[in-house]
Parts: sequence; C-alpha cells; structure tokens
Amino acid sequence: MSLTGVPFPYVARNLVTRRMTTLLTAGGMALVVFVFATVLMLSEGLRAALVQSGAPDNAVVIRRGAQTEVQSGIERAQAAIIESQPEVAFDAAGRRLVSKEVVVLISLRKRKSGGPANVTIRGVGPQGLALRPQVRLTAGRMFRPGASEIIAGSSVARRFQGAGINETVRFGQREWRVVGIFEAGGSAFDSEIWGDGEQLMQAFRRPVYSSVVVKLADPTRFAAFRTRLETDPRLTVESKPETRFYADQSEVLARFIEILGLALAVIFSLGATIGAMITMYAAVANRITEIGTLRALGFTRRHVLIAFLAESLLLALSGGVVGVVAAAFMQFFTLSTMNWQTFSEVAFGFRLTPGIVLASLGFAALMGVVGGFLPALRAARLSIVDALRAA
Amino acid sequence: MLFRLILKNVFRHRLRTALTLLGVTIAVLAFGLLQTVVGAWYAGAEATSRTRLVTRNAISLVFPLPLSYQQKIRAIPGVTQVSHSNWFGGIYGSERNFFPQFAVEAESYFRLYPEFRLSGEEMQAFLRDRQGAVVGRKLAQRFGWKMGDVVTLRGTIWPGTWRFVIRGIYRGAEATTDEGLFFFHWDYLNEVAKRQYPRRANTVGVFIVGISDAGRAAALSSAVDELFRNSLAETRTETEKAFQLSFVSMTEAILLAIQVVSYVVILIILAVMANTMAMTARERLAEYATLKALGFGPDFVRLLVYGESLAIATLGGALGIALTFPAAYAFGGQLASLFPVFRIQPATLWLQAAAAIAVGVAAAAVPAEKGARVNIVAGLRSIA
Repeated sequence: MSLTGVPFPYVARNLVTRRMTTLLTAGGMALVVFVFATVLMLSEGLRAALVQSGAPDNAVVIRRGAQTEVQSGIERAQAAIIESQPEVAFDAAGRRLVSKEVVVLISLRKRKSGGPANVTIRGVGPQGLALRPQVRLTAGRMFRPGASEIIAGSSVARRFQGAGINETVRFGQREWRVVGIFEAGGSAFDSEIWGDGEQLMQAFRRPVYSSVVVKLADPTRFAAFRTRLETDPRLTVESKPETRFYADQSEVLARFIEILGLALAVIFSLGATIGAMITMYAAVANRITEIGTLRALGFTRRHVLIAFLAESLLLALSGGVVGVVAAAFMQFFTLSTMNWQTFSEVAFGFRLTPGIVLASLGFAALMGVVGGFLPALRAARLSIVDALRAA
Repeated sequence: MLFRLILKNVFRHRLRTALTLLGVTIAVLAFGLLQTVVGAWYAGAEATSRTRLVTRNAISLVFPLPLSYQQKIRAIPGVTQVSHSNWFGGIYGSERNFFPQFAVEAESYFRLYPEFRLSGEEMQAFLRDRQGAVVGRKLAQRFGWKMGDVVTLRGTIWPGTWRFVIRGIYRGAEATTDEGLFFFHWDYLNEVAKRQYPRRANTVGVFIVGISDAGRAAALSSAVDELFRNSLAETRTETEKAFQLSFVSMTEAILLAIQVVSYVVILIILAVMANTMAMTARERLAEYATLKALGFGPDFVRLLVYGESLAIATLGGALGIALTFPAAYAFGGQLASLFPVFRIQPATLWLQAAAAIAVGVAAAAVPAEKGARVNIVAGLRSIA
C-alpha cells in the first residue's frame, strides 16, 4: 500500500478543534503581518506620491550643490539662458514650455492640533500648469496673475488653518486669499500652495528664482541638455529629470520608514514564531497516540513531518490573511509628516500592491515553517511502539 | 505550599516555559527600545533652558532676519544678552554623514549655552582662529577628529567648499546635552557671504535671547515680536522649548506610529503568553479538580494560575529590562546621526515592568477562572 500523505482535512480539523489556541497564535501572527504590511504600504505610498509628482519629459534645473528647490537660487539672467535652450518644447501657441518658479516654506498651523508645520509654497510661471497635467482645479478658480491670490492643494486645504477655499493666509505683509483648490492625484503637489511667481517674489523680497522646470521636446535629448547647461560658464546649475528629482527627495524618509519598520517586523516575528512553536509542540505532545496510529497505518515519518508542517503553515497563513485584510483598511488613511530632505510637510497614503500582499503572506508562511519545523521533526522521530504505548 | 507548587509548575514544561520566557524578554526589550527612540525624539526639547528664547522669521525658518535686530532686541528691559546663529547645512563627504552645523557669534553664544563645556585655552584658540570650529565630543569620536584637524564641508545653502580647523571639543554638562554639534564663526560665514552672496550678507537665521526671569518669557516674547510688527521681516519669538517642540510636532505622525507599534508588540506577546497559560491550565484541569477534592478552595487554584503566569512574565520582563541597557548602547551608536542623545529614561523602565506584569495578569485571567470553576466530578473524569 502506498499512501500519498496524511489527508488535508485531518490537518485543518486539528486547528478547528483547538479553537482558543489557534485564535491566540494566529492572532499574534496577524498583528506581526499587519505591522509588516503597513510599513511596506507606507514607504510604497511615499514613493508613489513623489514619483507621480514628476513627468518623464520634464527636467528640473536648480543651483549646483543645492539639493532642494528651497535651498536653490537662480538669477533672472541665468533663467533666461536655460529657457532658450534648443531642447525645450513649444506649446500650440508657439510659447516655450518653461516655468520659472520660486519655492519657499511658510509656517502654517494645523487645523486639528494647532501645531506648526512647514508648507511648501510655489510661485509658478504662466506655463506652470501646462507642465503638470496631473494638477486640476476641483473648486473655485485659478489665481489671477498680479493679484494676491493663491490656490491650495487638497491635502493642505484640509489640514491647515487658513488654507481652505475663501480663507486667507498672511505672509509678506499681505493677506492672500485662497481662490481655488486643486487635486494632483496624490502627488507631492497636493501638499503645496501655488501662486503667481512674480507676486510671491515681491512679497518674499526674493529677487531670484528657485528652479526652472522645462518640458523637453524629446526626452532622449536630456543628456545633451544637461551637459550644455552644466558646462556653460555663465551658469552654476545642475539638472535632473523631474521623476528622478522627486524620487531622490523621498529617498531618506522612505528608507527610514522601511528600515525601522522591517527591523521591527523581524523582532516582532520572533515573538510570533515562538508562539507558533509553543502551540505546535503542545499539538505534538497531545497527539502522541494519534501519531503512533498514523504510523501504524502505514504513513511514513516524512508524511507525519509534512502533516505537522502543513498544520503550522495553515495556522500562520490564516493569521497572515487576517493581517493583510486589516492592513488593507489602512488605505483609507493618509499620513503627513515632515520630509527631512525638503524640511517641508508631505502627505501620503498607505498603498497596497500585489507585491506587498505576496511579501506579507510569504512572511507569514516563513514564520509558520520556522515555528513548526522543530515540533514537526519531533513528531516524525517518534517510534511507533513508544508512541502507541504512551496511551 | 503555594509557592512550591507554583515553582514546580513553572518548570514542568521546561521547553514551553523557556520559549514563553524568551518571547516575553524579546517583547519587553523591543518595547523599551521603542520607548527610548520616542524619548530621543524629545531630547532636543528636554535639554532646553527656561531662560532662553528663540526669535526667528515669522514666515518660516528658511527666511533670515537682519543682523540689525540684535541691538534692538538687546535694548528690551529684561533681556540679558542676545546671540545669533545660522543653520549651515553643509555636507561632510557624503550625505550619510549628516550632522548639524551652526555659524554662531562665538562669545555670546557660549555664554548663553554654559552646558557646552569648553576649556579656557580651547575657547581662546577658537576665538583667535577665524576658520576655527568647535565640535561635540561624540561628533569628534564619530569621525575620529582631533584638535587641529582640518574639516572640509561642501555648502548646500552657502555653495562652495569650506575649510575649518578644529580648535575645541566641547563636553556636555548634563547627560541630555547634545554632543553632536559643529560650531564655527558667524563672522567667517558673513565675510564670505559679503564677497560672494552680497544679498545674503548681514543676515542671521535665529536670535537666541537670554532673559533674566523665566516667568516673564511670554511677555518678553511678545515684546520682541511687537517691536518688528509690520516690518519687512516680522519675527516669531518663543521659548527654546517651544521652538524645539515645533520640530517634534512636524514629525509627530512618525512618533505616533512608533508609540502605537510599541504597544502592538505587547499585544503580540500577550497572545503568546495567554496561549501558554490556556494550554497549561487545560492540561491540568484534573489536577485542579483533585486539589479541590482535597479541600482547597477555588481561590487557591486561581492563585496557582496567576502565580505561574506572573512568575514567567516578571522573570521575562526583568531579563528584557536588563538587556535594554546593552541593546540601547549598541543601537545608539549605530544611530548617532539620527539621535545624538539616546538614553533610557527611568519612566521607560517603569513602563516595561508595568507591561510585563500586565501581560502576566491578563494572560492568566481566563485560565484561572476556568481552573477555579472546574467541576470536581467532571474534572476527575477527564483523566480517563
């Protein structure tokens, strides 16, 4: 007689029978998987927010060595040189697709806690909106050039005092009215306030631009564009594709979240794995007679080993599924914090991807196998006679 | 009698007890480390003085203030001295080597911050050298700097390559003092700025205002801000503590997440511990029935279960607390750039102990009730 293995219902029913133990052990694992998944979702959400901010055919020019737009400064004459490069695209009306921008931080108070946070305020040129197709007004209207008017990203409008529609923010000895709210598809622009570049430069008494954003007619010509700018003796600038620029700015925060989160998940998983081990050792100890019977029926040591491993795996995976499902609900929340690199507030959501689901379930399975292996080995090593005698 | 039984019970399932113990130890250790991380976040605010105010540009910290404000602030009655500093934001080698650098008005600054301890000769050497720098003890240790070493920084806010000579290494007066800072002469920065970035010359990032009476901090803060109302650069003045806490509040979401997660690990271990106790009590129902048949009351059985649970939890907790010290030391060394001050607060130790005991009690609650209520006849029958 050749047996293919211990029937699966035997494995599954054992978990159902010991309901309390199964619930507690799987519950512990669910918590670990929940932490693991939310951390990955968070750093994924941050990356997505900042990567979506950039368009692949846009290039950002900032002063050499300045790592962010806020630290950068570009003189008007320099901006004119950058604007006149041959790689720059034109719009239908024959205007160059260039936005000379001024980017500064203003301190606003949060609606909820009243605590201060640095909000990015971006003064854009007339083509600013044309360069960012993902930005669209959802309420109110666009600011008028030359007026003390601003529009606020949806996440800023929600969270900060004075940033809602028709409210006012005071800075630079003026009251600025919020005349419109815009959505930017969850990108970093959602955490910004936009206004007329020239007006803001006046208000901040800042005679230089922070950055120049250009749309390239042919993105493959970026290298030539950059080389010409960086070797021009009249300029001290550097240029990056916009997607790279924003990805670089999220790097430190995303890495911090990932390292801290994964370190925690690994430490926590030790606890949950120990839980699985205790449960499985007890399962083996309580079922010595059954194991003897199985062996007497003709199941091999290998079959017993696999049966107990499968039981542990099933236990862990059911915890893992609960953890992932709970983590999926986190997608309804957004988190906002200061990005250390830009010193400004950025809001981003939890983002669940199929990769994260797989990684989380894989992590749960690993805990199950590691926790169940030694007990399963003990079960497989029992000799038939001893096991049957134990009854 | 009770204690002997508890002790014997604890060691009946050696492997199970050892595993549970290990789990509790890891959880209490992780909890302690996370609480210490949270504490380290507040280190800047802890180390502040009540007699120092910070004045910055009202728009935000990235806007400077004119140097000329210094004399006006100094003239306010109740202000004892004023110093100023600029955030430099240079890069030493690579961005990974981050540490804070400040251009300060040396004499007044170190008078306002007596907790940065510098010997007389070092101070003199620093004051004499225009390109001199003073660094914290831990920072010097981190990069192996010695007196007289040349340190080159690449400016981001102030472009260019900047050369400094280390003229002093300061020590913190308290354990909470940040020994990871880098100071150099504001005059040197301004001199270069005048030549290369004339628009930004004679500007400062923040004024540090020393006051005689901490009780008047609020009044003096508004006096300073009133002075510059409706000027080109309006100011916001707050106590040094409030200033530091505003940085904490900018990252409060991360802080909150760490707090929540630190309690999640306690929940995880509670599940493990509760499982251990539930299994243990289930296996011993017959014994509890026997004890009751012998005349012991249900309270005796309860104590037996609670005692065993608490014994494992407190032992694991004690181990976890003991391990927190070497772990925090190793952890703090690795994260010196992120958390210059990384030390375990006494409150953390109490929290760890409380968490261990809470786990012990909560894990025993259900099994103890089950054991205490066991029906003698049914319990004895389960032997068969």
